[in-house]
Amino acid sequence: MTEFAGWRMPLRYGSETTEHNAVRTNAALFDLSHMGEIAVTGPGAGAALDYAVCGWPSRLSVGRARYTMICAPDGGILDDLIIYRQAEERFLVVANAANISVVLGALRERVSGGTGGGYGETESPPGAVVTDESEATGLISIQGPNGIGFLSSVTNLPLDGMAYYAGAYGKVAGRAAWVARTGYTGEDGFEIFCAPGDCEPIWEALFGLVDGGLPVAGLAARDTLRLEAGMPLYGNELGPDVTPYEAGLGRVVRLDKPGDFVGRSALAARAAEGPRRTLIGLLGKSRRVPRHGYAVLSNAGEPIGVVTSGAPSPTLGVPIAMAYVSGSPNGPLRIDVRGKTEPAEITGLPFYDRRK
Amino acid sequence: MGVPAELRYTQEHEWIAIDGGTATIGITDYATQQLGDVVYVSLPEVGAAVTAGEPCGEVESTKSVSDLYSPVDGEVIEVNEELDGDPGLINAEPYGLGWMFRVRVADGQSAGADLLSPTEYDALTKSAG
Repeated sequence: MTEFAGWRMPLRYGSETTEHNAVRTNAALFDLSHMGEIAVTGPGAGAALDYAVCGWPSRLSVGRARYTMICAPDGGILDDLIIYRQAEERFLVVANAANISVVLGALRERVSGGTGGGYGETESPPGAVVTDESEATGLISIQGPNGIGFLSSVTNLPLDGMAYYAGAYGKVAGRAAWVARTGYTGEDGFEIFCAPGDCEPIWEALFGLVDGGLPVAGLAARDTLRLEAGMPLYGNELGPDVTPYEAGLGRVVRLDKPGDFVGRSALAARAAEGPRRTLIGLLGKSRRVPRHGYAVLSNAGEPIGVVTSGAPSPTLGVPIAMAYVSGSPNGPLRIDVRGKTEPAEITGLPFYDRRK
Repeated sequence: MGVPAELRYTQEHEWIAIDGGTATIGITDYATQQLGDVVYVSLPEVGAAVTAGEPCGEVESTKSVSDLYSPVDGEVIEVNEELDGDPGLINAEPYGLGWMFRVRVADGQSAGADLLSPTEYDALTKSAG
């Protein structure tokens, strides 16, 4: 167990490698109840979110979801988010546990027009309400290629017809839930948002589908799974000193949407000038593992960047890492692994793509 | 798996089995649980001199890396070659097939003087939570 954003979280239940492999080849359950859930509701909810985040939530159809970011006025990333449009006038914003208060504060300020420039005094009230539902929401995820089969057996929702990044209200194990085809593993999977008191029966129903129990997975496996999938982690690849462009996620910034949004002018300037540093993938060529904070060097030994995340990849069998580097290096690099450099080579992200 | 009564221990979570002038060294079950799955272990070379309390290798797991310390002064006479291809032995059998290296204990050293008894080590891990 470990402390994480005020929660006691299982780092692993048994072997994290076994848990990781279960997600890649079968399915596993995650308890993600620590995640933040913030509802933005009302007739002006879509427009309010369009102003508050980089994406274009008002264009989402009901039952669809989008990965997006909420930025500071200077373009720095306050958090990365998934926004679900659960109804015409209801959006669910899922934030990282450690960032709930920051995201909540920013949304409240922006939705009420507190930053200026959004909804000025002369404009009509936005008609949007921000509600922190984190404490009232449990989240169980089932990830892996066999997850759809397991979940289908305990829900009334037709999951085969559910698109990736879509969601619907339904019943799981007889309990009301919002079920979405989203995840953070690079694998097909579903996330089940429910009342806290319904977590246990839903977990038990899924766990009990297999003799000896459906595999379960902790934070350690979640981290190696997302790293293999090339997905950024707030605090590692993302932070207030990073813009979406540097993180290789410029596509989430919808400069083409009408109206102002927080960070627009700074982000437009960044988009025009090109990234100051680049997020790259690295394959370790020795068995010593690059870790968060280690220096990345040119092959000649000049420091060019820093590792943001690194781990031995269970799927690839070699160390993998993401790193921010200046310029556009190519060819072999080196990583300072505790005073002794190890060779590494640049590779495209993600490290693992289930469709290949 | 507990704390085997026939072994001695260090603050750095190594175990040591002393048989005459030879010491066999590995890491404890508690250590493997803290580390998670070991993916790579770097061991000293046969013939190398090791010094008590000094790092002589490293243990890489999924989430972290830790230095490996020798509990005694001496010369490395054997390393567990099996671990190179199967580091999971360390998690599976930390006190058995997961042993790491053997040392010929330096003359004149009262091997074991600074080591922890099983009872002391058990208390150490319990106080660490």
